[in-house]
Amino acid sequence: MATIRVQQADFDVSQEIAALTAGRTDIGGIGCFVGTVRDSAPGQLGSAPISAMTLEHYPAMTERAIARITAEAERRWSLLGCTVIHRVGRLTPGANIVLVLAASAHRQAALDATAFLIDWLKTKAPFWKREEFADGSGEWVEARETDDAAAARWQGD
Amino acid sequence: MSDTAKPLTILYFAWLRERLGRAEETMALPAGVRTVAELLDHLAQRDAVHAAAFDNRRTVRCAVNQEFAPVTTALHPGDEVAFFPPVTGG
Repeated sequence: MATIRVQQADFDVSQEIAALTAGRTDIGGIGCFVGTVRDSAPGQLGSAPISAMTLEHYPAMTERAIARITAEAERRWSLLGCTVIHRVGRLTPGANIVLVLAASAHRQAALDATAFLIDWLKTKAPFWKREEFADGSGEWVEARETDDAAAARWQGD
Repeated sequence: MSDTAKPLTILYFAWLRERLGRAEETMALPAGVRTVAELLDHLAQRDAVHAAAFDNRRTVRCAVNQEFAPVTTALHPGDEVAFFPPVTGG
């Protein structure tokens, strides 16, 4: 039921919503999260300007890992469809990185499932971000404990 | 090729790939290596670069046959083992 894509190309949010809802009249709400590339990262010496971000992934595993996450969302909430699109490759500030859509008859399920999907995508799908700074240096982004905590808050459900 | 002769495929991602200078290698399951943790020990003994890359095991995650796996996971000939840092997508 879920639409899952891993791609270099950009996505169009309204097109994806239209595809999710095409021909349906039972959907009452769609939760939407769009992750984008920020132009700065918190560093030891304050905020460092980012010139680009490269996303690497584990191709043989990625879509399967995302499918497991969407299946878990569908188990927990009454969803009428969901979409996860994750971009890979080199992206510049302002660019879209990830799209999560979750459709349900009611808003609470749609919003909760959207938050769940992005929290679990951050900690349970094999993607890695490398930031490039204005001075030409680069650094792999370190996993954050706050992301683990955000994913863990769904654990007991 | 008999089943026991199938090599392991080992994949590296993100800074592990950069530091080790390769994305992939194949090797016969080394004698005495039964688990992911024992494979890490085996790889770390290769040279200083490997020893440094695998020094802090808390920063190394693993998948076996495209599923996240703890280091206690048993290995078998023909398995695909991937090593990488904690994921940072989304």
